Amino acid sequence: MSIVEFSWSTAFTGGMLIGFAAVVLMVTNGRIAGISGIVSNILSPASASPWQWAFVAGLLASGFLVHFLYAPIPIVIESNTPLLIVAGLLVGFGTRLGSGCTSGHGVCGIARLSPRGLVATAVFISMGILTVFLMSLLGGGA
Amino acid sequence: MKSTISAFIAGLVFGLGLILSEMVNPQRVRGFLDIVGNWDPTLVFVMGGAVLVTAIGFRLAFLSSKPWFSNAFAVPTNRLIDSRLVLGAVMFGIGWGIAGFCPGPAIVGLATLNTDILIFVLAMIAGMKLVGVVSKQSG
Repeated sequence: MSIVEFSWSTAFTGGMLIGFAAVVLMVTNGRIAGISGIVSNILSPASASPWQWAFVAGLLASGFLVHFLYAPIPIVIESNTPLLIVAGLLVGFGTRLGSGCTSGHGVCGIARLSPRGLVATAVFISMGILTVFLMSLLGGGA
Repeated sequence: MKSTISAFIAGLVFGLGLILSEMVNPQRVRGFLDIVGNWDPTLVFVMGGAVLVTAIGFRLAFLSSKPWFSNAFAVPTNRLIDSRLVLGAVMFGIGWGIAGFCPGPAIVGLATLNTDILIFVLAMIAGMKLVGVVSKQSG
């Protein structure tokens, strides 16, 4: 195993920002910053709450502002269209079925020592690792 | 109004955190999942920073009797580890490993008007909606 170049300080700082945002949402609105749950909810617009629309708008605004007003965001996608569709379906179905993703179960769940969060996170990380491993065997490169 | 504005700010800062930490870059994410290959530990530090701040912040938040702009904390009380949770996590993990996107980074990335991300997000929405359809049919 070789380790790629990375900056632990920007990674950690970015993580702290994520955590700070989750805390802001809890302190102000009393809600878990679980993106999959929030997005799932706004798919039924009639029953969606204003805070959910606002949170998603904030996410979109961050991407738009940084990418178009500061600097292009590095996004390297190694998947072809069929894989993107399969991945999207699995992520959508799986996060809604399992009631959470990396933000809800991972960040907030672990922070709260939630048994569901801890189990879900262990499971999806393991499956992610297994999937990348199998793909590297099949495709000759991750 | 204050509830909506504060939620927007939370989303904005959350997104900035995802961007700074490069979690919006699927190459970084899959690099973390590629533990037998060229391992990228970035995600460990991102999670570390996020969980640390959230753990401390939540404890402080719950010292209050209610949130600032709503009537009560809406924190999940379900602690049951059931088949839906595990199956859902399995499926999510596989999808995450395939493309390196989870919902948050996908939404942020969508704003860059990247058509690949649009494809992913549309499929993700379809997958989410499918859960509702399947749930109704199975009762």
